[in-house]
Amino acid sequence: MKKVSNRHLYPAIFGICLVVSLLFSPSLSAQDDAAAQEPAAEAAAEAGGSEGPCGPGDPANGKQLFNQNCAACHALDRRMTGPALANVAVRLTEEEGLDCEWIYSWIKNSAGKIASGDAYANRIYEEYNQAAMTAFPTLSNQDINDILAYTEAPPPAPAVAAAPAGGAAEGGSGSSGLSNELILGALILVFGMLVAMLVVVNRTLRRIAEASGVVLEKEKAQKGTPIWKAYAQNQFLVLVTVIFLLLGSAYFAYGWMMQVGVDQGYQPIQPIHYSHKIHAGDNGIECKYCHSSARVSKHSGIPSLNICMNCHKSIYEYKGNPEGPSAEDLANGYTNEFYTGEIKKLYAAVGWDEATQSYTGNSKPVEWVRIHNLPDFVYFNHSQHVEVGQIECQTCHGPVEEMEIMYQDAPLTMGWCINCHRETNVRMEGNDYYEKIHEELARKYGVEQVTAAQMGGLECGKCHY
Amino acid sequence: MASNKKYWKSEVELSPDNSIVEKLKQNEFPEKLPEDAFLGDKEQLASSQTSRRDFLKYVGFSTAAASLAACEGPVHKSIPYVMQPERIIPGVANFYATTIADGYDFASILVKTREGRPIKIENNKEAAVLGGSNARIQASVLSLYDSTRLQGPRSSEGDVAWEGLDAAVKAKLGSLRNGGKQIALLTQTYASPSTDRLLGDFMAAYPNAVHVTYDAISSDAALTAYEANYGERALADYDLSKADLILSFGADFLGDWQGGGYDGGYAKGRVPKNGKMSRHIQFESIMSLTGANADKRVPLTPAQQKVALAHLYARLNGSSVSGELPEAAARALESAVSQIAKNKRRAVVLTGLDDTDAQSVVLSINEMLGSEAFQPEAPRYVRQGNTAAMDQLLADMKAGRVGALIMDGVNPGYSLPASAGFAEAVQNVDLSVAFSTNWNETTALCTFTAAANHFLESWGDAEFKKGHYSLMQPVIRELFDTRQFQQSLLLWMDSEQSWHDYIAQTWSEGILAGGDWNKALHDGVYVPGGMAMSDPETVASPDTDKEMASPAEAAAVSSVVPIASAVRRLAGASDEGMSLVLYSKVGMGDGRQAGNPWLQEFPDPITRVSWDNYVTVSKADAASMGLVNEHVANGGLDGSYVNLTVGGATLNNVPVIIQPGQAPGTLGLSFGYGRQVGMKSEMQTGVNAFALYAGFSNTQSATVEKAAGTHEFACIQLHNTLMGRGDIIKETTLEIFNTEDASHWNHVPQVSLNHQEVPATSVDLWDHFDRSVGHHFNMSIDLNACTGCGACVIACHAENNVPVVGKQEIRLSRDMHWLRIDRYYSSEDTFEADNIKKDEFSGAMESKAGFEEMEDPAANPQVAFQPVMCQHCNHAPCETVCPVAATAHSRQGHNHMAYNRCVGTRYCANNCPYKVRRFNWFLYSDNEEFDYHMNNDLGKMVLNPDVNVRSRGVMEKCSWCIQMTQKSILDAKREGRPVTDEEFQTACSNACSSGAIVFGDINDSESEVSKLAESDRMYHLLEHVGTRPNVFYHVKVRNTNEA
Repeated sequence: MKKVSNRHLYPAIFGICLVVSLLFSPSLSAQDDAAAQEPAAEAAAEAGGSEGPCGPGDPANGKQLFNQNCAACHALDRRMTGPALANVAVRLTEEEGLDCEWIYSWIKNSAGKIASGDAYANRIYEEYNQAAMTAFPTLSNQDINDILAYTEAPPPAPAVAAAPAGGAAEGGSGSSGLSNELILGALILVFGMLVAMLVVVNRTLRRIAEASGVVLEKEKAQKGTPIWKAYAQNQFLVLVTVIFLLLGSAYFAYGWMMQVGVDQGYQPIQPIHYSHKIHAGDNGIECKYCHSSARVSKHSGIPSLNICMNCHKSIYEYKGNPEGPSAEDLANGYTNEFYTGEIKKLYAAVGWDEATQSYTGNSKPVEWVRIHNLPDFVYFNHSQHVEVGQIECQTCHGPVEEMEIMYQDAPLTMGWCINCHRETNVRMEGNDYYEKIHEELARKYGVEQVTAAQMGGLECGKCHY
Repeated sequence: MASNKKYWKSEVELSPDNSIVEKLKQNEFPEKLPEDAFLGDKEQLASSQTSRRDFLKYVGFSTAAASLAACEGPVHKSIPYVMQPERIIPGVANFYATTIADGYDFASILVKTREGRPIKIENNKEAAVLGGSNARIQASVLSLYDSTRLQGPRSSEGDVAWEGLDAAVKAKLGSLRNGGKQIALLTQTYASPSTDRLLGDFMAAYPNAVHVTYDAISSDAALTAYEANYGERALADYDLSKADLILSFGADFLGDWQGGGYDGGYAKGRVPKNGKMSRHIQFESIMSLTGANADKRVPLTPAQQKVALAHLYARLNGSSVSGELPEAAARALESAVSQIAKNKRRAVVLTGLDDTDAQSVVLSINEMLGSEAFQPEAPRYVRQGNTAAMDQLLADMKAGRVGALIMDGVNPGYSLPASAGFAEAVQNVDLSVAFSTNWNETTALCTFTAAANHFLESWGDAEFKKGHYSLMQPVIRELFDTRQFQQSLLLWMDSEQSWHDYIAQTWSEGILAGGDWNKALHDGVYVPGGMAMSDPETVASPDTDKEMASPAEAAAVSSVVPIASAVRRLAGASDEGMSLVLYSKVGMGDGRQAGNPWLQEFPDPITRVSWDNYVTVSKADAASMGLVNEHVANGGLDGSYVNLTVGGATLNNVPVIIQPGQAPGTLGLSFGYGRQVGMKSEMQTGVNAFALYAGFSNTQSATVEKAAGTHEFACIQLHNTLMGRGDIIKETTLEIFNTEDASHWNHVPQVSLNHQEVPATSVDLWDHFDRSVGHHFNMSIDLNACTGCGACVIACHAENNVPVVGKQEIRLSRDMHWLRIDRYYSSEDTFEADNIKKDEFSGAMESKAGFEEMEDPAANPQVAFQPVMCQHCNHAPCETVCPVAATAHSRQGHNHMAYNRCVGTRYCANNCPYKVRRFNWFLYSDNEEFDYHMNNDLGKMVLNPDVNVRSRGVMEKCSWCIQMTQKSILDAKREGRPVTDEEFQTACSNACSSGAIVFGDINDSESEVSKLAESDRMYHLLEHVGTRPNVFYHVKVRNTNEA
């Protein structure tokens, strides 16, 4: 049963998401904004929803207000921290017999309503884990009417907006694939014809030569010393070749051995497909929001799952880029449904029950595959580099914000560490720890800047103990 | 000159009639080896399908496959928390203040935890009393991760659930409530206000319950004496920093005497300040840690000590007593009395004799003197064992008058002599329950064994000293299915309260008096506001001298009759046969941590023997009985065996150590060893001295007879004397120190340069680097403050993941201690006499003979302790010989050791003049051959994640805890501030409660270490070698003023 209803819901949700994400996207120009609001307004007009149960309202404005104030805890058709709000006014008036005044007072001061002993208010408070709703005294009754009008409005027909975009994308990718194959086929055909022609020409020439009695070079060559024999007899040449061969193989053997244990480019498959591109790139989340211990600890820290849940309590599905999934993503199978499935994996691991919006306590820690493995005999401290040195995470970890799947960007060899220590100046300004050292250095050697190496950053014991 | 020495493979060879001896001469193996089993019969072998070629193919293929497979890197998993606790950041240590009160050791401590695991014990510097940890407390964190710990409750049939145990106990207690039989609670000393209240509640609920406190090593005499004088069962406290003269009669107060913890105060008075330091005279039988530190040490038998004490009392109150004293003792007493006469308030007398008379006399002497160090008004509660009650309980048990016996923190099955008949007494009890962390001799006898928490998993509180409270909080959740005794009592009393709430209630009702519980918990210690005022410092001003004296006199008068008779009894004491003195080692205590490999491997500070206890005898007695100690070909120390008999009890084959300074006619034997039940076979070392502990007296009359065979010791230090090398331990007397120039008593060695004698410090083979910018670390070790207790050695083990190597490896001189405390004896009466003797040798023959003589310590030698770790030489000899540059110098003064670079040539160790480098002969982790804590997952939890676990074939040594200095620097950088002096610490300097080891930055002119570096007493070890060490020592000054 649930499956069926979900199937019906999908296009609707998708449409809403599209509109919402369009509205939210800060990169959009005003023009786009206006364009996006149009279908919503139209939809509202069609439904005649401007005449809400508590009076007329503007669903367009209501939507804006809803997204600003309500969306963190409420969705239209889905229970979140608070109840689903689609048709809330109708529901309350018809099922609970509450009037609009009740709704106004509840929104403006829910705690007061609960304290007043109102039956429904207390029931809903208990039902939602005693999570008190924020009071919104600044909303006017008209604002609330607008919001209610928005909750009345049926979701805009999503197929109209989404289908052409998706269709175009598919068509585009299909045609480009086709043309590539065509060109390749043509090239092969041309090449085959050339080979055939060459064979024919060769055969003809040979026949002509035979006919005119020309002796081929083959027989001539048999008379002289074969080249390999001549070569073998020239000991100097043999020696030089052997030396070159040995040197060459030594070079390659050395090169091969030096990469043993260097895992640059190591890109294991993780138990949850976590995309740094979406989090750090598309959404611009600061690295240290999740990897917070990098500021104070030697470990950058794999974020614990409760940090994920800070956002993913309300972000329960992936709505994709405003432009829709790129061809490349689709080719890799990174559809919105795929990402949403990964979020469900997170819920399973952390033990989050979406239906009740609560933790079940059945958690299953995620066993991430560690990518950056320093040997045990190396001491590396993130906070030294990130906090004291103010070095960008990307300096060592590469363009993480572009990585769909995380990989090891740097070789993490000692030579790589040391090079950086040789080239990087110690960031002394504004740090009282360095004040005295800097003053003494300036006085003694007349230098203003020193590299990490000059400060002792190459000493064995700084990293090996 | 062929040697006639014969080496025996085993004692069997000593009996020539044994058939095995002849067999061994002919055959390598006494029995035919079962080669058929693995070779099979010839035919079968010939018909085998596997040819030699096939075999080689298989070998080749598997080698190739293995090496190819090895190229693949292992996959590491990273598993984050699901819900990360707020306070835990991976990689950052948290510290919690808690308290150890395990019945033997009592201290306020800080516990360092990483990712929720306690890994290190530190001193709680905010604690006014017992804030310093000794070696055992430092090691106690490893006992938490003991793989032999009990993992759940048991009955005599097998594992049970707590519900089953509770039901059985409650049923029994319920039936006894109105029955005639007793309920007996036999517990350790808690010194805990909440536990006292709880026991009171329990006894109110069960009126027929009795509570008996039992200390394995009893201080009953001192408790009884104090109770008789002051009306409370406690121990008088002493602040030794306020004493100018310390007279001790067999009190090992730098060891475990009356709960220990006196070294901090003692050391304060021992460092010469303004030309003054305290003077310490010790009368004792065995060579104790305390005696080794004394300015004047007089070896006396226990009976002679009593006589000497009686004489002292008589001299001080002007009476006279009988009893003969040896001349040396009489002289020492004379000089002490004359010093007391000058300022009696600055003198203090202590005794460790298990004799109520002696303890009473000492209390009354201190009263008489009005000693400032003597603090009877704020006594200690860390020993409360009552031997009379214990004897009564045993009698009741044997008579069947006890229905239920509940024990906690005690192991009477081990620590009572067989004559006490504990095993048989338990049989007569209907229900016996023992709370214990480990399976032991007592749990094996009981109906139920309740698996108890380690103290790091427990709640609790303590009052070590009147008015000084401490709190104990768990720093990790219970590792196993264990429960605290107190929590269980609450359950059995049908109380709903948790033990934590019970403590909180006790504190809020009685102790806090408006103070903040959270702050007390955070600090670990709490002194109620009113108590601080009664600090004796404010009371003991000169104006109140008269008022103070009069109550003391009154007390003396009031008890004049019993004291007089006590003195008479003391004066009449005499020895019967050999006197056996039972003592405890700082490394083992009463044996409750005998399963701790760190402590087993900890070398005794005096004998430097690890993994053993032994009977100590004087040189004279050893000669008369034919007992020997000798070094065998591989350098190991061997000793004779004796059989010791006290009363009816005999200990067979007790190894012998000939102990310089042991009073002739006495023997010494330490407690804590000889545990068998529930122990790994490696840890079952030594003999059980408790078998001879009759009547809870530490002196027993014993008979000795030599037994056959020799014992193999694991002794760390084989060379006992200093051989007149006065520049290793520089020593002087207070008189010379005060009157002469520093160049006289702290002479800089001279070397010859261009045929001129110049100071060694002025000549150098190497160029100096500029170390004036940034930090330059130095370490100061004050030989006057160092008592040799060894807390630093264990702290170093814990901080730096130093492996335990076991008895056999120690015997092969493969010990891994990064920090050792050398102990030297003088071969003449004093080290000074050694120096003079050495200087007077003339000619090769005389010096050869002379040096041979000097290898032998004197009968009553002077003793000196010297902690030696890597000296972090600026011109380090090890660095120049390393072929792979694995050891190198830093501008901060560290001598670095890169383990991953080391190839194990051991050139560095050979070239180190201080012999501080240690080589990993084996892989000591995950190795069945070394089944200590690094061989199981539980024990590995104690490892410090910031320090590497070294592998086989690399050299290691003291790193000066570079991980700690680096952390301090990084913290300061991150917070953008300069590093403060206190932040620079090493594990050893942190652990040193006597302040002997000070670490810091000498480029910081305000730092303590830079001031110490300027001291006249400063010298470097082996200065003439020119290594320019960054560790320096302070000349040891002895107060030998005979005035």
